[in-house]
Amino acid sequence: MTTAPSGLTGPAAAAERDAVAPTTPRGRRGGGPAGRARKLTPYLFLLIPVGLLLLLTYVPVVNMFWYSFTDWDGLDKTKNLVGFDNYVEVFTDPDNVRVFLVSLYYVVGSFVQMALALYFATLLSFKVRFKNMWKGILFFPYLINGVAIGLIFLNFLKPGGGLDTVLMKAGLDGLIHQWTGDPDIANYTLASVSVWRYTGLTFVMFLGAIQSINSDIYEAAALDGATRWHEFWHIILPSIRPIVGLAFILGISGSLSVFEIPFVMTGGSNGTETFVIRTIWMAFQRNTVGLASAMAVVLLLFVLIVTWMQRKIVPEEEVDLT
Amino acid sequence: MFPQQRRRRLMALAAAGTILALTAACSGGSDDPADTSSEGGSDTPSGSISVLTWRTDLVEDGTFDKYVEEFKAKYPDVTEVKVEGVTDYEGTVKTRMNTDDYGDVLAIPGSVTPDQLGDFFEPLGDQAEMAKEYRWINDKSFEGKSYGIPVVGNVQGILYNKRVWEEAGVTEFPTTPQEFLDDLQKIKDAGVAKVAPLYTNYKDSWALSQWEGWRGAVTANPDYVNDMTQTDTPWTDTSDSGVIDGTIYDVVANGLTEADPTTTDWEGSKRLIGIGDIATMVLGSWAIPQMQAAAEAAGADPADIAYMPTPAQVDGKFHTVAGGDYNLGINVHSKNKVTARAWIDWFNHDSGYSESQVGLSPLVDGPVPDALSGFMENVELITMNPAPEGQESLFADIDTASGIVTTDPKYRVQIIDDARSGNRTKQEIFDDLNSKWAEGRADVG
Repeated sequence: MTTAPSGLTGPAAAAERDAVAPTTPRGRRGGGPAGRARKLTPYLFLLIPVGLLLLLTYVPVVNMFWYSFTDWDGLDKTKNLVGFDNYVEVFTDPDNVRVFLVSLYYVVGSFVQMALALYFATLLSFKVRFKNMWKGILFFPYLINGVAIGLIFLNFLKPGGGLDTVLMKAGLDGLIHQWTGDPDIANYTLASVSVWRYTGLTFVMFLGAIQSINSDIYEAAALDGATRWHEFWHIILPSIRPIVGLAFILGISGSLSVFEIPFVMTGGSNGTETFVIRTIWMAFQRNTVGLASAMAVVLLLFVLIVTWMQRKIVPEEEVDLT
Repeated sequence: MFPQQRRRRLMALAAAGTILALTAACSGGSDDPADTSSEGGSDTPSGSISVLTWRTDLVEDGTFDKYVEEFKAKYPDVTEVKVEGVTDYEGTVKTRMNTDDYGDVLAIPGSVTPDQLGDFFEPLGDQAEMAKEYRWINDKSFEGKSYGIPVVGNVQGILYNKRVWEEAGVTEFPTTPQEFLDDLQKIKDAGVAKVAPLYTNYKDSWALSQWEGWRGAVTANPDYVNDMTQTDTPWTDTSDSGVIDGTIYDVVANGLTEADPTTTDWEGSKRLIGIGDIATMVLGSWAIPQMQAAAEAAGADPADIAYMPTPAQVDGKFHTVAGGDYNLGINVHSKNKVTARAWIDWFNHDSGYSESQVGLSPLVDGPVPDALSGFMENVELITMNPAPEGQESLFADIDTASGIVTTDPKYRVQIIDDARSGNRTKQEIFDDLNSKWAEGRADVG
């Protein structure tokens, strides 16, 4: 304890103080060497996070682009360039195209999810008892890890599992199905699980936007004799339009890249294979990393295109209700 | 020769993640040829080595600690043997092999093609010389050099619960696929196996690639796999591939399997076959000790677990393919190859691993385990022939190019889906597989 102070004001700390302190009174001109150091400071702080970002995100992505033009199998010492062959195969193999159709189930699911989220967010923006508890309950599923959700629902939906028991108790035996085993409904089941998981996130986004609406507007509307429905249609919905747009992009791009839930629950069997599951299979089971990289690049481009289209269709304009 | 993804192949999630994660791991490995010169000139095993194993269960239950202790007792100069159990062995080790650091002794992953062996593994000796001492070394040999020795030999056939089959009135081994189906039907009609006459383990789909073990046994042709590379139509009614995949289709289409295959459970299935709720599973002989242990744990008689050959006879005899399990090899970048080699030799000669696994010893004059001796009397063993010189990688290349990937269960999962929904007939499936195979052959040229 007694030695600590002298240690703290060691040469390094002292030098740092010297470097910073004198510049303070001199203001923003920053002519001398100390001023340059001050100008550099933010960049020094950026160095590490940006360095990590480059190392862990951009370098691998550049590598992925490079792999996508080779026939690499994930192991070989040599990587032969094959030009656009991999990209041609991504679009000509009917199996690769088929998996995109599976995404449609999730696109539909994302609309259901937005509708549910909007409904709950609007409801909870009014005066409701135990408001925070309801919010917590709705948001909680989003906090659970996707793999855990897959495993939970696997047990819940298996024949004789939780759902079947409830249906049986309620006397609805006729509704019992093989929830993941019946090829006609397996995708609906998985999409519903996905909706269950992500509704909370969309809900919180909507709720945040709704709560930022100035309460004066409601008062004014109430004076004019507006009903709850009028409030929703003429105040809430227009105010949160940019957030609805955002939820829309997230929904579409999420639908294209669905992975965890179907991977854990069915492994992509029984007609539930998604594009990402197929990509993983290509890379690790078929050992065609080049082709898998091309699929990953294609997915990236699709998501970029969807985002760009959304920006064109729903421009992010300033909302002005007054 | 057999897959890769057997046993504890939980979820590939760890390895999967994203392609990004993989590429990140790959961008490092630089090769330094100077590394390969073997260091520390002494010939007696000493120092420390690390061993990668896929048997995480044996690491956890202390079996490997015992092995290490015995090994050190034999070679007192060895200071440490670090055993690393790897879950999802195939995926993890393959990714690690892009660096130089993948243990000193490791099992050669199934995705390494023969022509790549020399890049990653130290040659253990001349194939002809080694063949005098060891069996099944063809798979991991290239251009006359052997790179791996199997830890144990497996035979391939059908694992079944003897009590259940007898209760249904079946006491003879079925001799044709049709008879096999009829017997399963009898078991179903007798209602003795509550869950399924035959359990597919569809959810843990790797079990479906175990059917691959019938290849060669159906027509008693040790060159069957080599012949596949020479034909555009490997799937016919009488070919091995056609019989295997046709049987899968028929078993499922006739409702002789579990009701909802998407919810099968590998760990649970061990107990179910032990107590007789499942009558049959198609698995290699390596599964026998696991099923027996599960039967015992569930209070059933482990002697009920028995093994039968592929239901096909040539000249009135059953045949079964015997082959090596995982092969142990030495990392070409290892700093302690002498000790690594000593571990491999010790493991095959002195560890008692093959007996404990109810497998055949990899040694030419090794003993036959008791549990298999009855089976072996009725069956003629076949060892698959190696690919002809210069075509070592041909099968794997066609297999990958065709997009079928016969070592992977995916196409059989599709067959089961089709058999359940009736979307495609058996013939349509065969036609599709044949056309893909022909395409793969054309691509490889």
